[in-house]
Parts: sequence; C-alpha cells; structure tokens
Amino acid sequence: MTAGNGAFDVVVIGAGPAGMAAAIAASQAGAAVLVLDEQAAPGGQVHRAIESRILKGRDDIDGLALVRAFRASSAERWPGAAVWQIEPMPEASDRGFTVSIIRAGAAQRLAARQVIVATGANERPVPIVGWTLPGVMTVGAAQILLKTGGNVPAGRTVIAGQGPLVLLYASQMLAAGVRPAAILDTTAPGALRSALRHLPGALADLGQIARGLGFMAAIRKAGVPVMRGVRDVKAEGRGRLEEVHHLSAGRWRTMPADLLLLHEGVTPHTHPAMSAGAAHGWDAAQLCWRPLLDGDGETTVRGLRVAGDGGGIAGWRLAAMDGERVGLAAARALGLSRRHGPSEADLQRRSARHRPLRRFLDAYNRPRTAILCPADDVVVCRCENRTAGDIRAAVEAGCLGPNQVKVMTRCGMGPCQGRECALTLSALVAEARRMTPDAVGHLTIRPPLKPLTLGELASLPASVQAAQALP
Amino acid sequence: MPEPLFRKLPDLAPGARIAVTVDGEAVSVGAGDSAAAAALLAGVPATRTHPAGGEPRAPYCMMGVCFECLMVIDGAPSRQACLVTVRDGMRIERQDGRPRIPSPRSPS
Repeated sequence: MTAGNGAFDVVVIGAGPAGMAAAIAASQAGAAVLVLDEQAAPGGQVHRAIESRILKGRDDIDGLALVRAFRASSAERWPGAAVWQIEPMPEASDRGFTVSIIRAGAAQRLAARQVIVATGANERPVPIVGWTLPGVMTVGAAQILLKTGGNVPAGRTVIAGQGPLVLLYASQMLAAGVRPAAILDTTAPGALRSALRHLPGALADLGQIARGLGFMAAIRKAGVPVMRGVRDVKAEGRGRLEEVHHLSAGRWRTMPADLLLLHEGVTPHTHPAMSAGAAHGWDAAQLCWRPLLDGDGETTVRGLRVAGDGGGIAGWRLAAMDGERVGLAAARALGLSRRHGPSEADLQRRSARHRPLRRFLDAYNRPRTAILCPADDVVVCRCENRTAGDIRAAVEAGCLGPNQVKVMTRCGMGPCQGRECALTLSALVAEARRMTPDAVGHLTIRPPLKPLTLGELASLPASVQAAQALP
Repeated sequence: MPEPLFRKLPDLAPGARIAVTVDGEAVSVGAGDSAAAAALLAGVPATRTHPAGGEPRAPYCMMGVCFECLMVIDGAPSRQACLVTVRDGMRIERQDGRPRIPSPRSPS
C-alpha cells in the first residue's frame, strides 16, 4: 500500500523483530508503510531463515508467528534493499525524509513522512591478537551458517567469549552432534557478585534463566572442557588459524584449533541514525553508543525514530514490544491510531517487567577493559590494518578525537566505514586522554552508508519529484 | 585446498541443492546459503587478500558488517559475499588485493 509513487507515511528500516512489529502496528493504524531489509527474507538475525528451518523451542515458534503476522499485514516489503542515505527534506524538516536505497543493482529515492530505524544489533568487535586470521569468526557468524544452511564447524573448534549467545550456540552445536574442543569463558571473576543485586528483579524472567542453566547443563553433560576466568585470548597461525593461546588460573595454555569463534555480546548498530544527525550518548552500563530517544522512540531529529536493539540492547522479545510501541507512536504523529490491540502504555508497562534481567546480564557479561581498549600490538581497524598502538601514537601526536585520528591514521576509513573499529577507536582516545567516550565523541558517519558504484549512483532519477512524476 | 572450516548436515538443510563454482571448482550448496558460505564449505583458504598488506582474509561476521568477504561474483568485484544468496551457475572468486574494475560496456 503506497500513499503515492515512491512516497510512504512510514518507512521502516530493518525486518527484524522491532521492524516487523513496528510495521504491523503502524499499518494497523492505517499508515502506508514500507519495510526495507538487506536480507532476502524477514526475521532479522535472530529469526534468520525461520520460515525454512526446523523449529526448535518457544523462541522459534513465536518468531515464526511474528513473521507470518508481518507477511499478512498491509505493509509493503522490499527485501534485498540497502539504505545508503536518510536525509531530512531540505525545505522544512517537518515535511519528512528522503531515503536513498540500492536494490537489484539500481539506486532510488523514496519519500517518508516518518522513518523508523530498526537495524538491531551487531556483535561487539573483539579485537585480540590474530583476529584477522582466516579461521577466526564470531559466534554469531557460525550461528548464521547453521540457521541458513545447516552448516556446522568441521574441525577443532574453540569458542571464546561470554554471554547468552555463547551458551545457546554451543548447545545448538551439541544438538547437531558436533562437539566444541573447548569453551573459554571470558566472564571476569567477581562479575557474578556484582550482578547479583539485579537478580531478584530478574527472577520475573525465570523461564529465560532456566533456559540458560539448561544450556550450561547440556554443555557439562557432553563433557566439553570449559575454562573459567579466561583472559588474553590470542589467535596464531601462518595464513590461517593454527593455535589458540589464553591465560586462565594464572597459566598460559595453548591448544591447536581450526576455528576460533569469538563473542563479547552485542551493541546497537547506530550508523543509520548517526548519519541522519541524531544525537547519541555513551551507555556506561552496556559500554556502547545509543541514540538519545524520547518516550516515543523519537531521536533528536524530528520524525526519525529508533526501535528495538538499535536503541539499546534488550533482546528480541523486548525489541518486538518496543517496535510495536514506536510504530504506534509514528502513526499517532500522523494523526492515526488503531482500534484493537494493546495501547502504547500497556506495551511500556509490559516491557518494564523484563528490564531487570538485562541489567543482570549487562553486569554479569560486562566485557573486560582489554576488549574495549586492547594492547598496542592488536589490530583495531581490520580494513586498514591499524593497531591500538597507532591510535595511541596519534593521540600522543595531538589528535583530540576519533575524526582526527581517522585522518591521520586511516583508522575507520576502509570499506566497513568504522563498523568494526569505531567503538574501540572512541574508547582508546578516551582512555589516552583520560576522558569519557561521551567527551571525545564518535566518528562522524556520512552517507553513503553502503558503498555504491558510480553506475548505481547514475541510475538515480534526478529527484524525488521526478520519481513521483513517473507513471 | 585445505579442509573446509564448515560442513553441511543434510538433515538440517532441507531444500534444493545449488551448483556453483568457487575459484573454478564445482561446489554443491543449499538454496539458503550465501556466496560466503559456499566459499567456507568449499574450503578456500581465503576469500580475499588484503589490498594493503596482501595477507589472506576470510569471512568474520557473516551479516554484512565487517566487509572481509568482498569477493568477485559473476565477474563483479567487491561484492559482500555474505549478503549474496547463491544461484545456479554462480561464479564465486577470491578477490586479490584491490578490486579490478571491469571495463565499461561500449555505448549502444
């Protein structure tokens, strides 16, 4: 359902739980909604390929129900669409936005009165010695291979990190009949103690906690060696991973490995909202940037909203509740409301009950300082091969913030545009200058958010007006 | 080629098989696999070599974030192989160093 050629009431970016729920709610309220997603099928990373794989457990069942409701809604869906620019309309910012995309090799521009960014989370960068070697990947990457194609590690596999995804993936490997060689648990000693004060509230999510304990029991039962209190994980090898080194219980250990899977939690993917000018702040509990949002998910840019994990990590169920609420708020801003279903206030109350579990996990699985501010010899910017030492030297030479370090060292200037290094870069500059990341700021994120060729750019119609004039 | 890092469990991979080539070698993959997954299943030691350092690199995130899986797909350079779903007959090749920009089509 379009409000006109290339013009929509609400454009939602991302078809994960938050994006799908936002689109369903806004279209139920009567808005003309378009959902843009880079993937071929809806679901986001958490429910990736949910329509074509064998369902296992409550999360899969509920995820599939959400995807089906999304497909049944009147929201228009454009899979395989990458957004490369979101800009407030030049005449007056309350007129809405121009959203530039690339789809099927051609660029085009769309008009949106409201934009909801629901781009979810990325895995936190895990800059360690050797993380650029072939054979070193993230736990999330391995899980995507499992979800989309039933692909499992073939050789000796070491999992190093912490957080719910580590336990989930290890138990998924075991269920598929594949045994990790070892799990290196990087949870800091004493983390549980500092997290315990959040436990009473977290007991509202007893089911989730029981699930995590169940994964741990399955891993123990399978006899997978689990090292605790691990630090200083290093990957070594010539041309590909051969050995994993780590320090645990005061001893250096070395194990041969073909595949090392890293995971230190997830952080909001902030590039799209940053590029549109939305203000962001440093979240000291989750150690990441998040957009400054009002109660309706609106950023400091009027009409630009962020829903779900992109606004702060809370997990997929809360992301879906948040998406529904922000979808309704976007519709309300356009004078639309829906007759049935929970109100925004109901959704707010419901999601508040689940916050304590997240606060528990934030404290329990807090990454160590060395993950945020690695040693001098560690590559920080994978695209340009720049190390933490290069960045510290640039600060020593007088660079005051991430943008200056980028100009001087090329850190953050490669094809990933800082997606894998910006967090570390800000943290290192802040550490060297004895300031907070908030005070030194984030790399300026500029369009195009995705690299596009001159040919693709040339395929753009001259203006949105020109696009609208097409039959 | 070295041993692949990943293998396919047929029970967990319903659906059609797709025939692609990775660096010229025929590989059979699943309909839901990405070109980057095909490279991992084929056992290539790297999906690209770094344009500055020349060292081998391979997929890291598999979700479009890290850009380590830039490959040449059906002749087009610098494609994010983890975001490209396989098609029958797809040619997937390692990208060595800086991308080679294909010569422009002659004007018609």
